[in-house]
Amino acid sequence: MQTKRTVFKSRLLPYLLLAPQLIITLIFFVWPAGQAIWQSFLRQDPFGMKDTFIWFANYTRLLGDADYMNALGVTVVFSIGVTALSMGASLLLAVCVNRVIRSQRFYTTLLVWPYAVAPAASGLLWWFMFNPSVGIIPYGLNYLGYNWNFRLNPNDAMILVIIAAAWKQISYNFLFFVAGLQSVPHSLTEAAAIDGAGPVKRFWTIVFPLLSPTTFFLAVINITYAMFDTFPIIDSTTSGGPAQSTNILVYKVYADGFIGLNLGPSAAQSVVLMLIVVLLTIVQFRWIERKVQY
Amino acid sequence: MVENRPFLNFLTHLVLILGVATVVFPVYLAFIASTRGPADFMTGVVPLTPGDQTWANYGALLGAGSTEAGAPPFLLMLGNSLIMALLVAFGKIAISILSAFAVVYFRFPGRVIAFWIIFMTLMLPIEVRILPTYKVIADLGMLNSFSGLVIPVIASATATFLFRQFFLTIPEETMEAARVDGAGPLKFFWDILLPLSRTNIAALFIIMFIFGWNQYLWPMLITTEPHYYTVVMGIKRLAAVLDGDTQWNLVMAGVILAALPPVLVIIFMQRLFVKGLVETEK
Amino acid sequence: MASIDVENVGKIYTGGVRAVSDIRLNIADGEFIVLVGPSGCGKSTLLRMIAGLETISEGQVKIGPRVVNDVEPADRDIAMVFQNYALYPHMTVKQNLEYGLKNRRTPKAEIEARVTEAARMLEIGQYLERKPKALSGGQRQRVAMGRAIVRKPAVFLFDEPLSNLDAKLRVSMRGEIKRLQRRLGTTSIYVTHDQLEAMTLADRLVVLNGGRIEQVGSPLDVYHTPASTFVASFIGSPAMNLVKGELHGDKLAIGPSVIDLNGYAPTSGAVTVGLRAEDLRLASEGEEALPFRVDYTEELGAQRLVHGSLGDQSLTIALSAATELSQDMRIVIDPAKLHFFSAETGKRLAGGAIVGAISSAAQPVA
Repeated sequence: MQTKRTVFKSRLLPYLLLAPQLIITLIFFVWPAGQAIWQSFLRQDPFGMKDTFIWFANYTRLLGDADYMNALGVTVVFSIGVTALSMGASLLLAVCVNRVIRSQRFYTTLLVWPYAVAPAASGLLWWFMFNPSVGIIPYGLNYLGYNWNFRLNPNDAMILVIIAAAWKQISYNFLFFVAGLQSVPHSLTEAAAIDGAGPVKRFWTIVFPLLSPTTFFLAVINITYAMFDTFPIIDSTTSGGPAQSTNILVYKVYADGFIGLNLGPSAAQSVVLMLIVVLLTIVQFRWIERKVQY
Repeated sequence: MVENRPFLNFLTHLVLILGVATVVFPVYLAFIASTRGPADFMTGVVPLTPGDQTWANYGALLGAGSTEAGAPPFLLMLGNSLIMALLVAFGKIAISILSAFAVVYFRFPGRVIAFWIIFMTLMLPIEVRILPTYKVIADLGMLNSFSGLVIPVIASATATFLFRQFFLTIPEETMEAARVDGAGPLKFFWDILLPLSRTNIAALFIIMFIFGWNQYLWPMLITTEPHYYTVVMGIKRLAAVLDGDTQWNLVMAGVILAALPPVLVIIFMQRLFVKGLVETEK
Repeated sequence: MASIDVENVGKIYTGGVRAVSDIRLNIADGEFIVLVGPSGCGKSTLLRMIAGLETISEGQVKIGPRVVNDVEPADRDIAMVFQNYALYPHMTVKQNLEYGLKNRRTPKAEIEARVTEAARMLEIGQYLERKPKALSGGQRQRVAMGRAIVRKPAVFLFDEPLSNLDAKLRVSMRGEIKRLQRRLGTTSIYVTHDQLEAMTLADRLVVLNGGRIEQVGSPLDVYHTPASTFVASFIGSPAMNLVKGELHGDKLAIGPSVIDLNGYAPTSGAVTVGLRAEDLRLASEGEEALPFRVDYTEELGAQRLVHGSLGDQSLTIALSAATELSQDMRIVIDPAKLHFFSAETGKRLAGGAIVGAISSAAQPVA
């Protein structure tokens, strides 16, 4: 790993400089994670007095657990939904902003602020919009003959959480797409125009392929976001319901472990989630390596 | 733009206006709700124009909170959030810039291992280690305290990477010149490195401030005394009252209060914010 | 002011790569030494070892009477000028100049006086409150020099300080550095890969190649009696012609042509022969001469360089601009101006200006 050509000579100082970060990481990150891994191999008796080492039994039980399998499916649908909706909307807006000249900054300002809204607040905003008794959207849907109720209808609940999660993420994707679009050289689109390609064709044959690194990067970031950072949205809207239809993995770990106090199975779920983050992080950093190299 | 097509230009602005409207509408509606009295929600649909209860709602929330919901005065929670966000941002930057300084400007045994340990924080979000982390905090007696709210979340691989990346772009000769000029490591850090990192620090501060302000699960886990509640977890309490009795005007006023400070930060420091965001993820 | 003694110094990087071997060099107080060589020859490494920016793997460096191997750069009483200037971008010119003095707790009045003096000397007085970003390359270079001067060190170290400037500025700054060094009388070590810069600045040149010293000497000594084919081809422009030849008694054969050496032959057998382009001239009618076939010419204004071949070996000659050219020409060289190098080692055998000295000292094996 890289350092400067010349470095300072000091035996103790570098360790002192690293100490705060390392101590916090070891105590609050690495140690608890190790605990989770250890506990995932244990069964605690009902009184919490005795632990039995049971190898992978907690994991095999997860595989046979219909609720867990349901949460897995819910997470997949939710992540894909959030990623597709948020990235699609952001790309459209970014392309439009990239076309306008004078009002670029104005539109950008109006589109970036949801990034700052806490996920919990974002959940409540859409919970209010979609509320069956006072919400404006169910009111409108009622006219169209649809009886919207996310408390009873699993699909309605899923749509609610996807929209609330995607709304907050639009600003982030938008900024990265704008940056990506601005790095596409003008000479390329001009050359394509001379070759007779219209604006739409130019976008799909020239600009979009050149944007693929950004798109890929954002896809990974959005999936990570949907899987791990949306806990407050679920908690402030559906709490995983109705009938577990919005019970994503992260929410289930919390519900089983913190509320249900099932230590072993909850720990096993944690470990599975850890593996997913590790995988996503590796994918993300492989991408960065490529980007840095050219 | 390659050519000028009036219809396409029209379409572009139309899409942008619709997009902005969609993004803004939920907040507009929340604001309207926060200006109304409780009776306005009985009719079954939300009104679309402001009412006259603005000061009453916000005043009640800021000064007294909501006793039914067990939420302390919002002034207190806003203060707590501010303290937490500032400390988190400051702490993350402080320990990250020191770590980056160590791994870039020193060669010592264990350097690579240290870097990997820092890297691991990326792979261990709080959501995947809730219970054991809670236990550590409880064992250390850090429940219901600002140190408990702040210290465990200030480890930051992203900030460390950003500073490391930035330090590597500083010419080698800068440090060599400083050494010839008689500056030791700490003097170099303070006189040269820190001033050169100003923009990066400011940009990162914004991102980390928002991160700290918007923490939800963490404060929810470790604060049980209303005295330590932060505003983002507080609004959930407002809303969690039995649904029939939801005081929409107060909930939405709470949402506006919780969202406003970080939103203002972004709007007024947009350039720095964009730089911070795009560079942290690079 | 101080002398510098470099005693058997070597540098091995972690990983075992050897950058510098067995350097011995005594630099007198006030001397201007230029380390010159191609990139990767170890000249910068040597300078940085003297500065204290690289550890010394072997041997020792003395500045004045003191061994400085384990002394911090700041305590070696040196100042350094870097290629990219290395000015602190967030400080004004004045703060840049003051920084090293402040770190040494120099009294305020003294700092003020030295900065004013250096600013006057370098004519940067009107930029003192500017940041480096607002200065041109030449001005930044002056500030970098100023930062070294205010320190009043025993030794100036220059690491290719003019490489980032355009050609014209480089020539004028070169003159200025020379003038300043003369005036201050400070011992200086200057690293460059530009042989012209080296020739014009140095009291003594140190030619480095592959981490070793090839030759040490005054610019003219090195030019007139290069110690090896490497030095011969590196110093001087155009580079010295090097051709393969064979010595038979007093005759030198280059391809099919034969030159009578009139007693200048240092050895016999295969040799590398060095011919300076400006030592070659056109033969007059009837003179014994070498056949030269012209390829192309380069006009330099005052003279022209004619590139061509001698048998199957290429050769460049410098002729006055008035000389008439033809496809085939006949050229001669004074045997006293020939340089002979060993065909195997490339080391100098004899010939040229020092032939007398060599023959009187140690006669090469015949």
